[in-house]
Amino acid sequence: MESQEEKPIIYTMENKPIVTCAGDQGLFTSLYTSLAQQLPREPMEWRRTYGRAPKMIHLEANFVQFKEELLPKEGNKALLTFPFLHIYWTDCCDTEVYKGTVKEDVMRWQNSLRVHGSVDWVIIVVETNDTKKKNKTNILPRASIVDKIRSDFCNKQNDRCVVLSDPLKDSSRSQESWNSLLLKLRTLLLMSFTKNLGRFEDDMRTLREKRTQPGWSFCEYFMVQEELAFVFEMLQQFEDALVQYDELDALFTQYVLNFGAGDTANWLSSFCAPVTNWSGLLLRRPIDMEKRDGIQRGEASLLDLRSYLFSRQCTLLIFLQRPWEVTQRALELLHNCVQELRLLEVSVLEGALDCWVFLSCLEVLHRIEGCCDEVQLASNCSHTVGLWAYATDKLKSLGEHCGLVSEKGPTSEDLNRTVDLLAGLGDERPETVNSLQSPYKKLKEALSSVEAFERHYLELSHAAMEMYRAIGRLRSARLVGKSLAEFYMRKGDPEKAENFLQEALKSYVSEGWSLPVTHTRKQIAACQKLLGRTEDYLQTSALLAGDANLTTEERTHSCQEILTFAAKSGEDCQKVTLSMGVFSQLTRLQFHPATASVHSGAVLQVELTLRCLMPVSVHIQQVAASIHFDLDHGRLKALQRQTNPGTVEFNHGSSSAGPPSSSASGPALELDEIHDRSPSDNSLNSTGVVCKNTHLIMRRHESSSPPDTPNCVSPAVAMKEGAQMLKVQDVTLEPGDNRITFTAPSGQPGTYTLRQLCATVGQVQFVLPHIYPSVQYEVYSQEPQLTVEPLSEPLLAGLPQMVKFTLLTGHYTVKKGDALQLSNTDTMPILPSSSCSARISNPAGELLSESVLSIQSSEKVTSISLPPTPPYHTLEFQLEVLCIIPSGYDRPANERLTNGEVRHRPRSYSHPDTPMTAIDQRMSIDCPWSIYSTLLALTFYIPFKTKHSLLSAGNRKYIQVCVQNVSDVNFTLAEVKLTEKQHESLELQSLTTKAQQLLCSKHSVFCLWEVNWKDDLPSCLQCVFSANFSLTNQDVSSLKPFHYQFQLERVTTLYSVRAEILPPAGEQYCRSGLLCGLEVCITRLTEPAEGEIAEESKTDSDGLKTTKLMYEVADSSSNWAVCGKSSGMVSMPMTADATHKVQIEVMPLFAGHLPFPKIKVLKYLPHTAAVAIQPDPDSCVENDSLSLLDKTLDDQGDTASIRSRGSVHSVGSADQQQKGVAMPRLEPFGPGQAFNHSHARQVLVLPSSDDHIMEVNAT
Amino acid sequence: MAVCISVIAKENYPLYIRSVPTQNELKFHYTVHTSLDVVEEKISAVGKSLGDQRELYLGLLYPTEDYKVYGYVTNSKVKFVIVVDSSNTSLRDNEIRSMFRKLHNSFTDVMCNPFHNPGDTIQSKVFDGIVSGMMVTAG
Repeated sequence: MESQEEKPIIYTMENKPIVTCAGDQGLFTSLYTSLAQQLPREPMEWRRTYGRAPKMIHLEANFVQFKEELLPKEGNKALLTFPFLHIYWTDCCDTEVYKGTVKEDVMRWQNSLRVHGSVDWVIIVVETNDTKKKNKTNILPRASIVDKIRSDFCNKQNDRCVVLSDPLKDSSRSQESWNSLLLKLRTLLLMSFTKNLGRFEDDMRTLREKRTQPGWSFCEYFMVQEELAFVFEMLQQFEDALVQYDELDALFTQYVLNFGAGDTANWLSSFCAPVTNWSGLLLRRPIDMEKRDGIQRGEASLLDLRSYLFSRQCTLLIFLQRPWEVTQRALELLHNCVQELRLLEVSVLEGALDCWVFLSCLEVLHRIEGCCDEVQLASNCSHTVGLWAYATDKLKSLGEHCGLVSEKGPTSEDLNRTVDLLAGLGDERPETVNSLQSPYKKLKEALSSVEAFERHYLELSHAAMEMYRAIGRLRSARLVGKSLAEFYMRKGDPEKAENFLQEALKSYVSEGWSLPVTHTRKQIAACQKLLGRTEDYLQTSALLAGDANLTTEERTHSCQEILTFAAKSGEDCQKVTLSMGVFSQLTRLQFHPATASVHSGAVLQVELTLRCLMPVSVHIQQVAASIHFDLDHGRLKALQRQTNPGTVEFNHGSSSAGPPSSSASGPALELDEIHDRSPSDNSLNSTGVVCKNTHLIMRRHESSSPPDTPNCVSPAVAMKEGAQMLKVQDVTLEPGDNRITFTAPSGQPGTYTLRQLCATVGQVQFVLPHIYPSVQYEVYSQEPQLTVEPLSEPLLAGLPQMVKFTLLTGHYTVKKGDALQLSNTDTMPILPSSSCSARISNPAGELLSESVLSIQSSEKVTSISLPPTPPYHTLEFQLEVLCIIPSGYDRPANERLTNGEVRHRPRSYSHPDTPMTAIDQRMSIDCPWSIYSTLLALTFYIPFKTKHSLLSAGNRKYIQVCVQNVSDVNFTLAEVKLTEKQHESLELQSLTTKAQQLLCSKHSVFCLWEVNWKDDLPSCLQCVFSANFSLTNQDVSSLKPFHYQFQLERVTTLYSVRAEILPPAGEQYCRSGLLCGLEVCITRLTEPAEGEIAEESKTDSDGLKTTKLMYEVADSSSNWAVCGKSSGMVSMPMTADATHKVQIEVMPLFAGHLPFPKIKVLKYLPHTAAVAIQPDPDSCVENDSLSLLDKTLDDQGDTASIRSRGSVHSVGSADQQQKGVAMPRLEPFGPGQAFNHSHARQVLVLPSSDDHIMEVNAT
Repeated sequence: MAVCISVIAKENYPLYIRSVPTQNELKFHYTVHTSLDVVEEKISAVGKSLGDQRELYLGLLYPTEDYKVYGYVTNSKVKFVIVVDSSNTSLRDNEIRSMFRKLHNSFTDVMCNPFHNPGDTIQSKVFDGIVSGMMVTAG
């Protein structure tokens, strides 16, 4: 056993389960080779206890000669040296020999086995042909030897004796027997494993359960369980072996944790000893016997135990082809060890752990590199990079510890520390002595000099960074870079540091990590200061000064840096331009007046609100805003006047350190409406909505561009000189909001856009390159404008109405003596008023003054003297005007106004919104600012509609006038009168008795006059209806006249028509169904008048003047059946009392009081007469011009009653027809010309005598 | 017991970050920021394999000598990162998970607040209270 341990079997880990061989050694030796070869050839299934999964296992064995010492003594836990199977070899075939020697030998062998309690044995009897031949002489069959052995030794286990036939021959029989032997051996071996390992595990568990007992030692237990691990490893069961180590690991960890929780195990004290050796992991040996011995002796330190445990785990993991788990576990281990040493309060020399970790990291990396190719390594950076970074970190802290990072180099104290650290490393291990790149050599070298340290540190850093980059862990890479930058800064090499810092900063800024931003920026500031980059430094300082994460002192310091520079004078120092955003933010811009639109020359103030981010108040020599000027073009003007807000809020999402605004919300949509108007007539072509800031909104999506990072100002930032500027000198900006008021230039009309803002502090300029959203104000120049509008709607014609004149002076100054000249018109006189006052108000609508207006009226012109009014003010005054209601018929001749313009006749028309007839009144006003007259229109509404009609009763004539109030107000009518203009003899007798009449809204008043004449009734009457009216609630003094002229023609009754129905002969009454006679008697009443003769008569051959009439009997209600001729022509002599009688037969169809059938009498005009009618051209125009007015009257009126003008109308139209075809035609008489006496008469009709037929009409 | 708890927006800027006052705040900011590397790595790795049925808890992002950094990502890609002191070994994975769950619940409450503008930093006192609770006692 001793000799076994001395052998290097454990080192190589190539040991196999031990199988002892007793008996015929010569025989065994001859078979050994093939046995050793064939045994592992086929796998066996190993069924496990405790429910562990069965495994296929290739069995190998180390066959050794049986010695009694090999058998384990009582209490020996060594498993590795445990003989799992004992074989007794014999080829004895001779019973004598068997009985003589072999049996005894076997017996002895068996006894010694039994003494040690080993039951795993087998006896192999080898049979050869030679022996067979030998046996031929023998009587005993060879089988009997086997039987004998079986009966002697294997009393119940016949399988413990195996026969191997002709092992050295190449025959199927030999192969068969080999196979069965191998199978047997494998089975037995596995049985032995199961049994012995099971027993071992039970023992081990028992031992583990005792761990709470005093005196229990982890190290002892460690050795036991490791033995099991060894066996598994020996059986190539690395997984199981690893489990053993992991269990040990967990157990130990738990103890350490319990220690931390106050539960101390005695044995742990040995691990709490101060660490004296920090030589790092050693992974090049399968088993580090040195450390193992230490553990066995209970002298190992915590680092030793951990190192050893890890080296074993590492070995197994590599066997298992899981190198990446090694790196992961290594990192955990290293972190864990550091924690555990802290937890156990083990005293460690400062820096020693760093050494240990550094060496260990590199050792693990080397080990991994040793078992993987480059491609594998490159693709698994993510597993190794942690170790690289950790090693870098540790080396850096070692460098700092040993004074290798400073500019000056290590001090003697640093050197002492270095020596102490190096001492703990011990000597280099023999494995790596020859390796040039061993971790040990690296560390020693790195700690030996500043240069070597730098070289190693840079190498590691870059390696780590590159790996991080390669796997896309950019943040980690930047952090390493930042750490490198810190190193460079300490080395006094800011140039190299800057890039790393900037890169890191960019990443923090873009992701909005304010604290790292501040910290990195501080470092950058230091770096830039060293580099002498004044502008950048000042910019960074400005950012720091406004950084809320810093203390006031730090901010003040940064601010002071800027101010100090700014205060420098002299030509040598150039002006420095910095971004405004870091210094102060433009938060709001306000225009006074708020419309941001003034007339040229007016005062416009712009108030800026600047939020100063500096911690102290800063005196600024000048704040200037540059302006871009655009000449106004009219179209734009109207649009912008609406959209310009008085106050513009500038939305700063955040300061540079806050969360990036882009990610939070992004810029708001700025929408604007656009109108595209045609340039010629200003009509709308198209309209739409545009987004004004698409460039900003779209940009956010395309890339993750960092939000406003005013870290560095682009060189393009510069104030444009020469442009117009808003300037304010000497402003002190206090921290927080400051208001600065500018007076904006407003000389030229146009659009002014604020472009840039610049604050100058000594040599430093803070520039805001773009003011966004864009801010504009507008200066306009306006022509004077005069408008007239009614004070109240609607303006009623006929009554005095107030209208308001509004004069927007625009750029014109109304001087004293300026007057408006209104051309007077008859239809709309201006009513003079004494109390007419003018109000002047400023553009803001505030009343400035009020003065009495002097109005002079001459015949043609009303002159209004205007009070002096400054430009861009509003002058208002009111005038009372009266629109005369046109009386309807007569038409004034064209007249010219004073200014030579043709007077516009007010035209009346019906308005769709109101039943009232509208009249447009135009005013022509001469204004002092223009050589042209201003034309203004007012619309008045006539409140009345008037209708007239002629009524006749035989020869008597009546005139009815109907006045309808179509307005919404009530009137009183007084002094209603009707006069005839031409015939003085004519007397019109009013049948209306009331002096005053109420005319309510939407109601009508009817008036009736009887016409009395003395000599002759003129055929044409020119009538004037006149009345005075006033609003009902006003007194009588305000009565206004209202006239209505009309003409009645053909008033005289020419014919009277009488009809008589004569019952059939012999009957007293008419009977239905019986023919009756209808006698129509037409009588000429008057002598013909001149006009009539010329017009329609013709001279008969006998000299008598006759006219032709046509009569027609028509019964529209089907009461009568006209039999025979229903119409006919009569020739009437044109003398008074000429009578013509016509007999017509009619038959009543019903009984009862039937109305007479209608008898129409029409004028018959032969075709020759047509040419004679020449319509008056005036009346034709009249017809046209008044047609609208007439039409409404006509439509409503009863067609039968009012035809005075209607007849003219029809003549005109008939005339037009006639011009085409000269045909004879019929013309109806005017109302009252033919008087029907029997109109509406009735006659009694009796039912027919035929009684038995009764007709019942049920309707 | 957490030493630092942070909520990070989808766009990787901090919505909330709070650490124990006794220690250097800056260091935690760096740690949490760097941990986003691993969060992203894990999210993309998970995204490929499982699609929408993913586990929100990302587990240990990476250990450092002094701290353990755990990650959790909501379905809307808001990340929670909890930093735990390495010496605090009594914390189990389950406790970390429940911390995250609690944090997520509270975060959801904050988001449900109609006055909270998603994307703004979290100012909620209730949330603050929950975080304080987790920083004082385990789980």
